[in-house]
Amino acid sequence: MNAPDIIAALAPLVPGASFEAVPSVDFATIYVPAERLVDTCRALRDADGLRFTTIIEITAADYIPRQPRFEVVYHLLSISKRLRLRLKVRVAEGATLPTVQGVWKGAGWLEREVWDMFGIVFAGHADLRRLLMPEDWEGHPARKDYPVQIRKGAQTYEPLEVSENEFRANIERDRVKRTH
Amino acid sequence: MAELRTETMTVNMGPQHPSTHGVLRLVLELDGEVIQSVMPTIGYLHTGIEKTAEQKKWQQVIPLVERMDYLGAQSNSLAYAMAVEKLLGLEMPARVNDIRVLIAELQRIASHLIWLGTHGMEIGAVSMLFYAVRERELLLNINELIAGFRFFPSYIRIGGLREDLPRGFHETVTAFLDRFPGKIDEFEGLLTKNDIFRRRTEGVGVVTQEEAMQWGLVGPILRAAGSDYDVRRYFPYLGYETYDFKVPTATEGDVYARYRVRVAEMRESVKIARQALSRITPSGVWACDDPRVVPPPKDKVYSEMEALIQHFLIYSQGFTVPAGEAYVPIEGPRGEHGTYIVSDGTNRPWRVKMRAPSLMAIQALPSVVQGGLIADVVAVIGSNDVVMGDCDR
Repeated sequence: MNAPDIIAALAPLVPGASFEAVPSVDFATIYVPAERLVDTCRALRDADGLRFTTIIEITAADYIPRQPRFEVVYHLLSISKRLRLRLKVRVAEGATLPTVQGVWKGAGWLEREVWDMFGIVFAGHADLRRLLMPEDWEGHPARKDYPVQIRKGAQTYEPLEVSENEFRANIERDRVKRTH
Repeated sequence: MAELRTETMTVNMGPQHPSTHGVLRLVLELDGEVIQSVMPTIGYLHTGIEKTAEQKKWQQVIPLVERMDYLGAQSNSLAYAMAVEKLLGLEMPARVNDIRVLIAELQRIASHLIWLGTHGMEIGAVSMLFYAVRERELLLNINELIAGFRFFPSYIRIGGLREDLPRGFHETVTAFLDRFPGKIDEFEGLLTKNDIFRRRTEGVGVVTQEEAMQWGLVGPILRAAGSDYDVRRYFPYLGYETYDFKVPTATEGDVYARYRVRVAEMRESVKIARQALSRITPSGVWACDDPRVVPPPKDKVYSEMEALIQHFLIYSQGFTVPAGEAYVPIEGPRGEHGTYIVSDGTNRPWRVKMRAPSLMAIQALPSVVQGGLIADVVAVIGSNDVVMGDCDR
């Protein structure tokens, strides 16, 4: 099934959405408008002739200086129909995408990784935290304008400093007096 | 008597825990011994390999991707090399494909051996590790023979292989393939009917077929839940459609079913490896004949000007890959390994992304172990065969 066939199958299921076939060397690839992404994914999962029940991969690529800057790429697999499909969504910097967590459970961490690495926000995601980088990290490393050879000092924590008098005061404050 | 107040206990497991296969941190919320919730934290082994790959030339990425899933090193490089070859439009000679099949299957056995040893050890059969690692040593010796490097041989290259097979290759591999089926019987004799092992694994960590598909757990986990999805069958590559092998499946979806599937896979890998070995001539072509990618033979470099220039260009500038994108899936030891690459038409990749089966397996872990016992966490992590290097990349 090539990209025009899939678009033809999708057209009645997602009315009004404009899909765009992309020439590719491996398997069918289509551009999906961001606002119809969830409808499209649900249709792809549930339609009888398609049954893309498995999410294989969600990733992104940064095409700076092209506008819109990012493309988020979804690789889908239909085991029963022996089909693969690549969905691509163009995302501008600062724009958000709807999450597809509700369509495939496995999308949760994949979207978290895209947020972590590219800073693309998935609206409606249940737990959009950093996945691979530490939680207090600044920046999104897979962006093309993120510096490669940076040196960051090792993060250390100062030991708690308490003077002798403070220590004694703490002990006295916490001492429980026997009342009976 | 007044009612006793109870509360759940939060236990931190990892990051340095022997059964987390690397550096994985789990925060478990326990009600007695029953798991209420699990929160995995990953990223301890994140080394930014995908970002580093963007700074390298195409061929230089091979050693990097081999260090992602360090137990299935050559599955990574195979998927990567095939993705780049797809963009370049290269066709490999049959002998190269056969050698790649053989290496991929030996790699699968090596990875499954470490899985078997550690999985057995974690649920009480400590001696399994020694039995399994002893056999894996022979596979590492084969790696050393072909490339001089035991863990990350970088033998699979874009455009073919690094060099021809060494002398004595067939004898060494045949000796291993003759020896190994008996050893699988030995492993099975230790575990398959072992009452303790079965009580620890049967009915534990059940993943149904629908759940496995939803969570993207394509690979042995899905096959243990009844599906026969195997990339080698559904989307054949390297001529796998010409090999005679079965895709082992089970229906229970529990830890024991995954054990049986993987052990049966090792037997099938031996069968495939035998067929591949019989097709490989001791010497012959080891790369395609595209001069853009494959350096000319050394004797020509020393005698012909064009060959010298070509040699110099390949090693200094590398080669360019047509702009475009490709995703190539292969059946790795842990399930579908895939590489998504984007080229902007230059001599360096624009984007390299490896699909990580271990990431998906850890993502699904909370839903699998919830409601089970704390001891089952160890069994489930082991049976999902996670490698944190693959997960964190």
